[in-house]
Amino acid sequence: MKEYINQGSQDTRSGFGAGLTELGRTNPNVVALCADLIGSLKMDQFIEENPDRFFQIGIAEANMMGIAAGLTIGGKIPFTGTFANFSTGRVYDQIRQSIAYSGKNVKICASHAGVTLGEDGATHQILEDIGLMKMLPGMVVINPCDFNQTKAATMAIADYDGPVYLRFGRPKVANFTPADQSFEIGKGLLLQEGSDVTIVATGHLVWEALEAAKTLNEKGISAEVINIHTIKPLDNDIILKSVAKTGAIVTAEEHNFLGGLGESVARVLAENTPTPQEFIATKDTFGESGTPAQLMDKYGLNAKAIVAASEKIIQRK
Amino acid sequence: MVHKVNSGHPGGSLGCAEFFVSLYNEIMELKEGFDMDGINEDVFFLSNGHISPVFYSVLARRGYFPVEELNTFRLIDSRLQGHPTTHEGLPGIRIASGSLGQGLSVAIGAAQAKKLNKDSHMVYALMGDGELQEGQNWEAIMYAAAKKVDNLIATVDLNGKQIDGSTDKVLPMGSVEGKFKAFGWEVLTVEEGNDLTAIGNALREAKSMSGNGKPICILLKTEMGNGVDFMMHTHAWHGKAPNDEQLESALAQNPETLGDY
Repeated sequence: MKEYINQGSQDTRSGFGAGLTELGRTNPNVVALCADLIGSLKMDQFIEENPDRFFQIGIAEANMMGIAAGLTIGGKIPFTGTFANFSTGRVYDQIRQSIAYSGKNVKICASHAGVTLGEDGATHQILEDIGLMKMLPGMVVINPCDFNQTKAATMAIADYDGPVYLRFGRPKVANFTPADQSFEIGKGLLLQEGSDVTIVATGHLVWEALEAAKTLNEKGISAEVINIHTIKPLDNDIILKSVAKTGAIVTAEEHNFLGGLGESVARVLAENTPTPQEFIATKDTFGESGTPAQLMDKYGLNAKAIVAASEKIIQRK
Repeated sequence: MVHKVNSGHPGGSLGCAEFFVSLYNEIMELKEGFDMDGINEDVFFLSNGHISPVFYSVLARRGYFPVEELNTFRLIDSRLQGHPTTHEGLPGIRIASGSLGQGLSVAIGAAQAKKLNKDSHMVYALMGDGELQEGQNWEAIMYAAAKKVDNLIATVDLNGKQIDGSTDKVLPMGSVEGKFKAFGWEVLTVEEGNDLTAIGNALREAKSMSGNGKPICILLKTEMGNGVDFMMHTHAWHGKAPNDEQLESALAQNPETLGDY
C-alpha cells in the first residue's frame, strides 16, 4: 500500500488564507471581501499586504454577494469569505441571480463547513451547502481535503473564469498531500489502488478513507481510495474506471446524504453501471454541539464508519 | 411589446420612460459597442428588473441591438427575457435582475471596481420604491455611505405603488428622504419625475455632487403608467398587458412612439 504521512495537522481554512496571501502577491485583480470574520477565515495577511484590495462588508452577507458580483464588472476577481452557512443558505437568491445566473467570476470561499465546526452547534454547522451550490447551473463546487490542497485549490480557482464554491473547515486535520501540488479542477485523484471496494471521499473524509483502507487491508480487503476534491464537475471517468474493477462503492463526505457527493456519484453510476453503494454522510439530520471528534463519531463520519460500510457493501456484490 | 405577448409590466415602464431617455441620451458617457467590464464609460444597473420593456426599448434605440428585436420580448429563444439577464448575451445588460433588492449592492461593487481601476466614470442604478422593503437595500445603503462610495448615483422610482396597492397601504415606509439622509447619503428630490428637463437637471446636479465622499440618491416622483390615461393613478397596471382596444387607445395618446414596441 502507498503510505501517506501527516506532515503536521493544520486547518484547511489556513490553507485558504495561505493561498489568498499568495494570490495577493501574484494576481493584481484578486480582491477579497469579508463579513466580519477576518480571523476565522485567516484573511489577515492578505489584508495587511493589500489593504486597498480588501472590503470589510460588516455582518451583511447578502450585500457582500451583490458587491462581489459588481466588482467583477471591471475585471476584478472577488473572493468572499464567511462561514459556509452564511455563504450559501443565507444568501442563496443573491448567489443564484447576481452570481450564478449572471455568470459572474466570484469565488465563494466558505469556512467552518459541516459538523466539525464543533461546539457552536447546528445553527452554524451547515450540512446542506454542497447540495445548494451544486444545483446552481454553472457553479463549480470544490471541497479540498487538507491544508496543502486547500491552498492549491484557492490559487487554482483564480485562474478559472466563472463562479466557484470553495468549501473548507475549522479543525486541524492531517496535512498529507504535497506542498507543491498542482490543482486541476474536476480531476479526481487516485490515492490508493485496490480491487475489492472503491472509497470515494471528499474534504475531511479523505484522510479518514486512507485510514480506513489501512484497516481494511489488515482484514484482507483491498480498498481503492479516490479523492474527489471537485464535486461539480464530477470526474465520472475515475469513478467508473474504479467500480469496473471493484464492483462496490462507498462515498464519504461531511454533508447530508441528500444532495451531497454520494447522490452525484449515484446518478453517474445509475446512468452508466448500476453499482451497490453505501453513503457515509449525515442522514437527513442537523448537527449539534460537541468536539469535532465526538461529532464525527456520533454521526458516523470517520474511518471506523467507512470500514463498516465497506465490509457491508462487499456483501452486496 | 407587452400587448403582443399578453404579459409584462407596462405601468412602471411608462413611469420611468423619461428617466431612461434622459440617462441614456443626455447623461451617460458611453463607448461605442458593448463590453461587460465597462471600463472608461458610465455603467447602469436596473434593480427593479420587471420594468424591462422600457430598459430594452431605450437600449435598442441607443444602438445596443436592433429595434426589431424588441418584437421578440418574452418569446421563446429570445435574448429579451421577461426580466433582464446577461445569460443570453444581450448587449447593454450587465446583471440579471428581477428578484428585487439586489441591484444596489451590485452597483456599489461596480463603483468600487471603478475606483480600483482609477476610472473616473460614474455608476448609475435605478430601484423601485416598493423594492426598498427588501432588507438587502438597507445593508447596501449603510455600506455605501460608510465606505464613501461617491461615484454612485442611485435613483428611486418613487411612484408610491406596488402590486398589492399603494406603498403606504402595503408597508408604509415613512420618509424615504429622511432615511437616506440619516444613512449619510446626499438626496435630491425631483417633484416632476416625468419631466425630461427636470430629470436631466437632477442627474447633472447629482453628477456635480459626486466625488465628495457621499453616495447620491435621486428620489424621482413619477406617475406609474404615465402618458396613458387609463394606466395612471392606479397600481392595476403593474404587471398586466393591455388588450387590443386598450393598446389602440394608449398608442393614440402617444403618437410620437414608433408603434407597439
